[in-house]
Amino acid sequence: MIRADILKEIIPVISDKLVVSNIGLPSQELHMLDDQPTNFYMLGTMGLASSIGLGLALSQKETVIAIDGDGSVLTNFGTLPTIANNVANNFILLIIDNGSYGSTGDQPTYTGGKTSLAKVAEACGCENVVECKASETKEILEAAIQEKKMTVIVSKCQSGNIPVPVIDIDPAVIRYRFMEEIKARN
Amino acid sequence: MSITQNMLHAMVKNKIEFVTTVPCKQLSGIIELLEKDERILHVPSNKEDEGMGLCAGAYMGGKRPCIIMQNTAIGVTINTLVTLIQYYRMPLPILISYRGEVGEKVQCQVEMAVHTKALLEQLKIPTYHFHEPNDANEFDGILNHTFMAKKPVAILTDANFWSSIS
Repeated sequence: MIRADILKEIIPVISDKLVVSNIGLPSQELHMLDDQPTNFYMLGTMGLASSIGLGLALSQKETVIAIDGDGSVLTNFGTLPTIANNVANNFILLIIDNGSYGSTGDQPTYTGGKTSLAKVAEACGCENVVECKASETKEILEAAIQEKKMTVIVSKCQSGNIPVPVIDIDPAVIRYRFMEEIKARN
Repeated sequence: MSITQNMLHAMVKNKIEFVTTVPCKQLSGIIELLEKDERILHVPSNKEDEGMGLCAGAYMGGKRPCIIMQNTAIGVTINTLVTLIQYYRMPLPILISYRGEVGEKVQCQVEMAVHTKALLEQLKIPTYHFHEPNDANEFDGILNHTFMAKKPVAILTDANFWSSIS
């Protein structure tokens, strides 16, 4: 399975949840498959999906799912100790780990080599870390939402992309509709 | 009222409820006050761009944010300021320790001080420079202006400004 296959499977689970989606193809795929005001698409700023997600989870009560990638977590490693030490039980960090920089031509990342993001997250103090196969992602994500415990999920999948259109929504509109939805739910 | 109390008072008055910090010696007093204050959630960050990500999330979650950091970190935040805070039109007060100005003891700090205002000007970030202790009285108005404008706004605070409490 590649990232788009995982997204297709988890859409029924995340569709009505607040989602912060990583820069590049992950956001474009989510936008194409299931555009919702509850999705915050990152159009720039590699690495910060988990930080935005944590800040959001700490500031309101709805469940927040940050969909991140291995390359983005590697570029913002400082996020994991911050997540571990500021527990938000309405926060789930889903790292789709395909061992490559998908948006830039599938160059390998170090997680396809010796580096384990799950072990790093544990070493940083994250208490609920689950590494799973791509096919198990939906079930594990559903369980994490039910449990209401901050969880880091590392879903290991194949590298690869599908053709997707660019997101032609103004960033201020993405932000505005996301905030209106959050306000209505809190 | 001390400078630090005055600054904290302005934050609370402007309904700031989420503050992230990367420490600086000049900022230790205000960070200590923040940490103790139950009206404000203090989430220390490991790097300033990470901190701005946290602030963006907090803002969208309905809590007014503020980041406190040193001017040496402006370089690492440029992409985040431009492609997140400015691009999505979010307000963000950036309270900055302006190291490397007159009174500085660490020579290397001067190297970033000479670029600080030029970088902020290049990014078109409204910038205020607190030099005299009384300048702290401007903080309330600047915070109000920041959330009205929905822009990142820099408040540079130099050694002379903090000298009365160190």
